[in-house]
Amino acid sequence: MFSGEQVATVLEEIGITHVVTVPDSTIGQWQSAIEARRRTRLVRVCREGEAWEVAAGLTLGGASPIVMIQCTGLFESGDALRNVVHDWKLPIFSIIGYRSYLNQDTLPGDTCLVFTEPVLDAWKIDYKLLTRPEQIDTIGKHYADCRAARCAGAIVVAEGKA
Amino acid sequence: MSVNGRMPAKEALIALHEARGQRDVVVTTMATSRDWMTLPQSPLDVVFVPSAMGHATSLGLGLALAQPERRVIVCNGDGSMLMNLGSLVSIAGARATNLVVIVFDNGVYEVTGAQPVPASNAVDFAAIARGAGFPSVHEITDLETWRGGVQSILNDEGPTFVWLRVAPVVGIPGPRSPGPASERAHRLSDALRS
Repeated sequence: MFSGEQVATVLEEIGITHVVTVPDSTIGQWQSAIEARRRTRLVRVCREGEAWEVAAGLTLGGASPIVMIQCTGLFESGDALRNVVHDWKLPIFSIIGYRSYLNQDTLPGDTCLVFTEPVLDAWKIDYKLLTRPEQIDTIGKHYADCRAARCAGAIVVAEGKA
Repeated sequence: MSVNGRMPAKEALIALHEARGQRDVVVTTMATSRDWMTLPQSPLDVVFVPSAMGHATSLGLGLALAQPERRVIVCNGDGSMLMNLGSLVSIAGARATNLVVIVFDNGVYEVTGAQPVPASNAVDFAAIARGAGFPSVHEITDLETWRGGVQSILNDEGPTFVWLRVAPVVGIPGPRSPGPASERAHRLSDALRS
């Protein structure tokens, strides 16, 4: 839905210093464009729970990171999210890939469609779902709103194939 | 000093406490938090309670990347380390040269009543750290060696991994939170910016 160049430009414009990530087949395609930017560093981690805590350390240290993972990684990383967002009350922002939202060609009946939004609601994450390319400006606007409110937030990006 | 090849954990922490620099950030978790809190505190101490178990190393990686001019020292347990072994690869991959991970290996989940960790006493943490890509790896079983070497080890070009064999302490409760985490987060951020 978005190109890597589009996403990298938005992240640079809003002042993101680090993108802490585990890829999927959509958001992973953005890595090279993000890595090419001078002001945004890509931090690759092995599992999504790490991403929230690395972002927490970066935030405490004065950086402006985001977490970029797939919804399946959101499911995996709930306790780390709970710890940094609700125990330590750190306003970590994230971009979450929403697997199979646009089509279920590779995973018919994908249960990501059942659980992604209820899980975000359960963790009390203020999220915006993007389903069309022209919504890209929502990333910067929602980030700014969450910064102003000092709360965690997420952009959920509709994806196609798994 | 060692008992059955294991040094007293609190004495090992005291040696680290004496060696840490004034600008160093020290992250403790689980049993190391409990013992560290009995020592004089610094604004740059991060008592990672409450935690997501296993994630002290990840928190330390973030701090190290955000504060490259400071040394960040993570005091982890073996049970916590086993929950997040992949973080060692993430740390090495990120080339966090200012990060020191110290595993206080007592073979048990001490704060839950000293149940054995998986493959207790059989895991070679030094080999795991080397395999993950850590350029500086140390395995120490006695207190005198640790006391004599800690300062030099902290000055290694990292990321650095230290495997300390320590004796379990049975029957003592785990750490209590030293206060609201969000307030401590603000104080730490202020201290890191000064």
